[in-house]
Amino acid sequence: MNFARKPILLTGFAGCAYAFLYFPIAVLIVYSFNRDGVGGFPPRHLTFDWYRVLFADSAMWSAVENSAIVALAAVVISILIGFPAAYALDRYAFPGKAAFQRLILLPLIVPGVITGISLLMLVVSGGFHLSLTTVILGHATALTAVATTEIFAGFAKLDRSFEEASADLGANGLQTLWRIVLPLMRTSLLGTALLVFTLSMDEIAVTFFLIGRENTLPLEIWSRLRRGATPAMNAISTIIFVFSVVAIFISQRLITGGEAGPAPTPEITPTPIITGATQ
Amino acid sequence: MRSTRRNALLVTLPPFAWIALFLFLPYCLLFCYSFWSLSEFQQIQHHATLANYVHLFTNPLYLTVILRSLRIAFSVVLLSLLIGYPLAFFLVYHSGRYRHLLYQAVIIPLWVSYLVRAYAWKVIFGNEGVLNTLLLWLHAARHPLSFFLYSPFAVIVTLTHIYVPFVVLPVVASLEKIPRELLESSSDLGARPWQTFLRVILPLSLPGVISGATLAFLLSFGDFLAPLLLGGPSSVMIANIVANLFGADYNWPLGAAVAVVILLIVVTILSVTQRLARRQGLA
Repeated sequence: MNFARKPILLTGFAGCAYAFLYFPIAVLIVYSFNRDGVGGFPPRHLTFDWYRVLFADSAMWSAVENSAIVALAAVVISILIGFPAAYALDRYAFPGKAAFQRLILLPLIVPGVITGISLLMLVVSGGFHLSLTTVILGHATALTAVATTEIFAGFAKLDRSFEEASADLGANGLQTLWRIVLPLMRTSLLGTALLVFTLSMDEIAVTFFLIGRENTLPLEIWSRLRRGATPAMNAISTIIFVFSVVAIFISQRLITGGEAGPAPTPEITPTPIITGATQ
Repeated sequence: MRSTRRNALLVTLPPFAWIALFLFLPYCLLFCYSFWSLSEFQQIQHHATLANYVHLFTNPLYLTVILRSLRIAFSVVLLSLLIGYPLAFFLVYHSGRYRHLLYQAVIIPLWVSYLVRAYAWKVIFGNEGVLNTLLLWLHAARHPLSFFLYSPFAVIVTLTHIYVPFVVLPVVASLEKIPRELLESSSDLGARPWQTFLRVILPLSLPGVISGATLAFLLSFGDFLAPLLLGGPSSVMIANIVANLFGADYNWPLGAAVAVVILLIVVTILSVTQRLARRQGLA
């Protein structure tokens, strides 16, 4: 099979696939600068007015603040739960391990609606009110599945000989964890934190059912979209897009220590649960 | 080794407790609710009854919507594979020195907000949207075409756009695992490129295809935002019904029963594809 030859057809197809992936994003960005609003071809009259409208919009900014609070809390909780869960799945055999793994990864594949309503029932049965705290609970529960998968993948790549050496040199379990395992897992943990943060900033399905009076950013955008498209929505979407891309580059820098190298690739597909393999 | 056992217990306990409280218990509650009912005064009656399930299976509306959701999810998977597989193949075998960059370019849309991407399609498909005004401008159409938006078509395109990367990544991973020597020996033994593809590459990449397709299927099956934003009455999906029953149509027990049915469908599909994947892994 001659792989050196450039297949024109396949390359052309790949070009079309990239166009499909990026066309909507390009449309969003272009029309955020269009004076005459959303739609209308070709776009004319370049303007920054929609950004000005957006920056004066205090409801939007308090939603951004709420989302950031929720996302930070979700990152902390999902790593605090996901790290020991991944560690246990990687290192120990215990009764009910298979069920434990299935259950913790379930929110990855079960529709967000179901996670949302079941937690809503729990909150209501417990007599609690809906607030940002319940949203944090929902995000943490749903995203612990993501954190566990990511950290588990990190453990799988870990070279165990460092830990053995540390134990041989007389370190106890806690010392080895703190001085060997955690530093070695830094990349994986950073990548996980970033992924969970991004996913939380974008979460709607679970949030939808657990939201109190204070809106998160996606729900604020959502409630406005239902009233109709405005270029200010394009503007905020553009900002979110730029923010995401910058976050990827920063994380790449952080993780590779400034050298060019592979970016953090999210282990987005929960292969362990789909193939049913633990290792 | 008593200390390792103690450590194991210490490490496992917090996630165990979290899962019991916030995953297991809520699912149990969901199950219980599905057997309860609503009184005339909108009070939840805590007597076990099968009324919700009887209603579900006797009212054709639910079956229609479930079948429609399955059909939409299936179309999304098919389209995602048609776009994603060749793209993955291109990335692994033909992307040359821009490979890293091109691979990143598949991942970046994953980091872009779901809402942002769904909304972008609304901007494109709308009556005064980009596509229609472009067609008018080109004199390809005289009136704005309204069938783009508020149809299953718009929902399928949007969901495909969202789930293509979910298919590309595992397929790339499984293509990368195929040893290049296998391809060389296949060609040395006289196979033509398409024969090598059909009999070596395709079968060996099936695990990636299965895991990507399963994920795309399950996630689009349970989606309720794209239909709300882009679909009309003809593209209501099953998750929308649940959302409505927990919202405006206030009937939690019935909503819980629909959710249990969704859960059963998801688990069934998952166990079927798991079995398929395992057979592929052994073959």
